[in-house]
Formats: sequence, C-alpha cells, structure tokens
Amino acid sequence: MAARGLGAVGGMSAAELRAEGLCFAAGGVAILHDVSFSIGPGAPSLIIGPNGAGKSVLLRLLHRLLAPGAGQVASTGAQAMLFQKPVLLRRSVAANIAHALSLAGIRDTGRIAEALEEVGLPHLAGRPARLLSGGEQQRVALARALALRPDILFLDEPTASLDPAATRAVEAIVTRAAARGVKVVMTTHDLHQARRLAGEILLLHRGRLIEQAPAATFFSQPQSAEARAFLRGDILE
Amino acid sequence: MNDLTSALQQGVSLILSGDAALWAIITLSLSVSLSATLIAACIGLPLGALLAVTRFPGRQWLLVAMNALMGLPPVVAGLVIYILLSRSGPLGSLGLLFTPGAMIIAQAVLITPILAALTRQVLEGLWEEYAEQLRSLGSGPWRAVGTLLRDGRFALLTVLLAGFGRASAEVGAVMVVGGNIEGFTRVMTTAIALETSKGDLPLALALGMVLMTIVLGVNAAAQWLREASARWAG
Amino acid sequence: MMRRTLLALALLATPAAAQERFITISSTTSTEQSGLFGHILPLFREATGITARVVALGTGQALDVGRRGDADVVFVHDRAAEERFVAEGFATRRQHVMFNDFVIIGPASDPARISGSRDSAVALRRIAEARAPFISRGDRSGTHAAELRLWQQAGVEPTGAWYRAVGQGMGPALNTAAAQNAYLLADRGTWLAFRNRQELRVLTEGDPRLFNQYGVMLVNPARHPHVKAADGQAFVDWITSPAGQAAIAGYRIQGEQLFFPNATQPEPVTSS
Repeated sequence: MAARGLGAVGGMSAAELRAEGLCFAAGGVAILHDVSFSIGPGAPSLIIGPNGAGKSVLLRLLHRLLAPGAGQVASTGAQAMLFQKPVLLRRSVAANIAHALSLAGIRDTGRIAEALEEVGLPHLAGRPARLLSGGEQQRVALARALALRPDILFLDEPTASLDPAATRAVEAIVTRAAARGVKVVMTTHDLHQARRLAGEILLLHRGRLIEQAPAATFFSQPQSAEARAFLRGDILE
Repeated sequence: MNDLTSALQQGVSLILSGDAALWAIITLSLSVSLSATLIAACIGLPLGALLAVTRFPGRQWLLVAMNALMGLPPVVAGLVIYILLSRSGPLGSLGLLFTPGAMIIAQAVLITPILAALTRQVLEGLWEEYAEQLRSLGSGPWRAVGTLLRDGRFALLTVLLAGFGRASAEVGAVMVVGGNIEGFTRVMTTAIALETSKGDLPLALALGMVLMTIVLGVNAAAQWLREASARWAG
Repeated sequence: MMRRTLLALALLATPAAAQERFITISSTTSTEQSGLFGHILPLFREATGITARVVALGTGQALDVGRRGDADVVFVHDRAAEERFVAEGFATRRQHVMFNDFVIIGPASDPARISGSRDSAVALRRIAEARAPFISRGDRSGTHAAELRLWQQAGVEPTGAWYRAVGQGMGPALNTAAAQNAYLLADRGTWLAFRNRQELRVLTEGDPRLFNQYGVMLVNPARHPHVKAADGQAFVDWITSPAGQAAIAGYRIQGEQLFFPNATQPEPVTSS
C-alpha cells in the first residue's frame, strides 16, 4: 500500500520502474491486458492514449494504490503522486505540507518554505489551502509532493482542469523538477502537452501498451497504426 | 386563551425574576446533557471514525444495529439502566440510581449511537475524498482517523450539537433513572411533565420557553458553524 | 476532552460525595403533588441535618422500589399492601402517620345526580347506572386500590366505555377528568393543590369509607444491608413525633388543612 518503493531489485538502479504482465479488471470488465515495460531514470515519461485506455489505472498500479489481477510491479526509490483534482486538507497551505512530512517521518520543517519557493507560492503559506484557486491548489499539491524529495513523481492528468496560465506554471515546475533528477511519470490526453514535456512516450489503447519510444522518434516516426492514427487526430475506437 | 396568555406572562416574569428553583433546574439540565454529550462523544466519535475507514466481516450488521439504536425510545433506555443500577441489580453497589450520575449515563447511552452514526457519515464522505491521496502519502485507514477527525472538526461539532439537542429534549430516560427528585434530579423536561400534570401551567410554560430557547440556540449555532466552516476552511 | 468529562462528572457527583447526609424516600404522587413534602422536609432537615430525597411514584411502584432496596423509607397510603410488604420481610413494622380523605369529584352539571349524598356506594351506583364518564387511576396506586374497594362495596363491577383507566398519577387523571367533564375519585390533598379545575367540583364527601390512611416503613436492613437504617429511622421517628405531626398539621392550602396526623391514635372507623 504505502508507495515508498523497494530497495534495488533485480539489478535496478535508483528511480526505476518495471511492469511485468500487468492485468487489471474491475466489475467484470478487463481494463489492462498483459502490460509490460520498464522505465528508467531521465527525462519525463508520458503515458498517452484516448480516454478509457486505462492510463489512470496503470498509474495507480505503478504507485501501488491498486493491486494487479495478475503480473507485478517492481520499483526503486521513494514515490509521490498528484491527482487530476488536487486533494488538500482543510488547513493552511503550510500545514498541508507539514502533514505530509510528518507522515513520512521527516523532521526537517525547513523543507516547507523550500518547497513553496520552488512552486512560487511562499506568500500563501498561512492561507486555508482549499480557498485557493484550482491552479494554486495544484501547485500546493506539487509543493507537498516535492517536499518529500521523491525519486519518482507520478502525475495523473494534473492540468486537465486548469486554465492555460496555471497549466504553464505547473508544467514549468514539473520540467524543473525533472531537470533536477526527479523521474516524472505522467498521464495526459493532451498531445501538445506530451510534445512539450515528454522525453519518452508510452501509448496505451484499450488496455494494451501499443508503443513505447523516445519522444522524438514517436512523433516523427510512429511505428504502429494506432500511433499514426492518434497523431493524425483520428478518434481511436 | 386568556388563561394561556396570562400563564405565558407569568412564565416570562418567573424567568426574568431569576427564581432560584427555576435556575437550579435549568443548570442541572444543562450540566447533565453536556456531560452526557461529552461521554457519548468519547465513545461515539472514535467508533464512528473506525466504522468509516475500516471494513470487516459483520460491519453491515453493526451498522444496522447502530441505526436501529438511534431510534431507541428513551423510556426503554431508562428502563434498562434502571434495572442495571437498582440495588437489586448488577451495578447496584455503585449507588447511582436516583442521582444525576444515572441520568448522565442514561442520556449518554441514548445519544452514543446517534453520534457514532453521524460521525461515520461525515468521515466516510471525507475518507472517500481523501483516501487515494492519503494512502499515497503513506497514511493507511488507521493513521488517517486522526486526520479525518481534525479535518471534519466543524461537521463533527455540528454532530455534537445534534446529540446535545437530543439529550436536552428527552424526558423518558431521566424520569425513570433520576426519579424527578425536587432539588436534586429534577430537570427541565421532567419538571415540565410534573407541573403540567399538576395543572401549574405558568411554571411549565416558563420551563418550556427556556428549553425551546436552548434548542433554537443549538440549531443556530450549528448553522453558524456550517457557514463559518465554508468561509474559513473551504 | 477527557479532562473536561471527568471534571464535569466530579462536579455533579460532589453533592452526593461531599458527605451530605441524605435518605431516599419512595412515596406517592398524590403526597408529593399536594405540596406536603415541600413544607415538612425543610423542617426535618433543620431538626436532624438529614436531607430527604423523595421519589414520587404510584403506591405499587413505591413499594416495589422499597423491595428492590432502592429507597430507605417507604411512605404510602395502602394499608393492605403495606402489611403485605411487612409480611414479606421488607420492613419490620409499619406505623400510622396521618390521614386524609378521598372525595368524589365530578362536573358541576352532575349528570348522574350524586351531589348531596354522603354515601359513596350510592354515588358510585348512580354513576354506573347513568353510564357517566368516570376516570380511574388504573395504576396500582393507593388511590386506585381505594377506588376498587369502593366499587366492590357499592356492588358494582365497573366496565364499559364510560369507565376509563388512564394508568397515570393523580394530576394527569384530574386533567383528563377536567377535559372530559368526568367523575373521578381523588385524594383531597391533590385536589386542593390542583389548579386546572375547569367545571369540576367536589360532589360527594364525608363518607367514612372515603377515609385514607398513610403509613411509613423503614426498609428492612436485614434484607438490604446498604439501607441507611439510622437516618431512615430518624425520619420515621421524627414524622411520628409531636414535632413532625405538628408540621403535618401545619400544612394548609388557602387556610384548609390537608392531612390530619394520627400517629399515636388508632385510625377512625375504616374502610374494610
């Protein structure tokens, strides 16, 4: 349950993720079929695909919020996750971050100010978190995640509900974190966002991994028919 | 109608005159119901929190029982506790029958299911909202209980007010286990019952007015809390 | 939260814990509602320093409370039931304290035409023949027991829609009778203290059969060791002493004496 990650497993280095034969079904409906891949450290890996492809479920399996019906997940390093709608407690911004730190057993409260600086919101430390705008709340959620200094940061469509300015702010923070060495694994249905942020693309369609490639390769020379259709803007059935 | 009006007038002047017997009854009522609410909270809130976040075999039955107990008739609760506290009963040596202590126990028994059921409702809603994020941060259901209780503090205060209101308004339990002893276990509701049966309407009306004021005050406080919570914490 | 709870409980428990001397008396609603206790108990406290806490119920219930040991003293008005109580061993003796009388109350319009007769048997017979509404206590109280005896003496078995048992104390029964313009049997004390009379009046009184004797008993400490025998006996002694008897006689409503002390005298010609 606790998505802390294991120690080095089977010859893996820090910040690595491996999925083997992942299957998942809910309510009798199969959502993921036999998904296998591995993700290494480096630039952000973006998981893309049409709605209903199983992206969110896959992310939750990787972060161990869900247990697979079959197959397994191996990972190293500490993890943190952001959701499409930011989930903040009914307390101040600083208290939210402090809560996460105390859950992780981290006593260094200096990280709170540090994290708020990183997301550009030091002036909001004392404000009730839930009274902030959607974009500000998501940045607070980011600050909370980054304060934990995770090796892997999962983000599930983090800007889907945000306006362009907030989206830009969040993307900037994510890019900076990636540049610092945090492994970003993110889902999105926005192709343009994928182009902006991805170092690597994984295309999911109807619960199967269709293609995994470095971003440049994927966008210029997609290998699969689905990828070509998706990039053309066709609706994948 | 004239009788009623004049009785009302007399009632008001009784209140304003600060009649000692009247105020003794009022303060006893408040302290009994407050104590009962606090005790019920110590049991009901954690119980409700547990039910909100955990799943175990038989949980459904426990929920059914709790909801049924919410409708426990006060006089039945009073009867059971009377039998327990009687000198001829298992807990007789405590010497609690016909004392305010027995009344507190009876009311606490009455409102614990209410507090537990309402707490479960409040916290289950919160847990649904928070579960994924809290688990991501490493807080499983048990560790989360403290967080949920704190986050739901305004809603839980409203729950406490509901319990207090119910305790203040009941007469069956405190009549049976308290004995309505003048100057010792006579509270507003039992006094109203007695004075009405004696045909002494002014005093009954005076007490009724005070009781209604308290009930109104409790509801107003709950409403203010709801608004303050939205304003301050979102 | 925990500290506040304990503090509140401690504050409430303090009166009992703080060595206030008290006894618990189980008595009847009619005695309490007449206001007698409000008058005599402060005098008792002055004389002995003991506070008496009165739990007022119907006679049957009051005796049951004594049987369970939840009271130290029992003070009711049903001689037969009291003697049974002694025979069962729950008290070692019973003593006279005072008497008052019952009266037959009815609407001023008096549809059964009982007014003017001092004979309770005649009055009840007329009520039954007229099928006039009659409210009965129906609650095993002393008053109820007396009422049933009077019906027996009148040779009437009261059944039918006109005979209504309310299963409540004297006050609620009077309220019901006032609301329904019905007849009922009441003790004079409660009647005098009752404020909601509407059309009701005393229609029959003075029949020796309407006599109502009160008795007091200490709950037997041999049966219930925790009973406050010394202080309970102090109450029994005081209320049968000249001081207590004078206190009883001194209680009046609008100049009328409600109860007549007779601790040392045999009771007047009785109901059987």
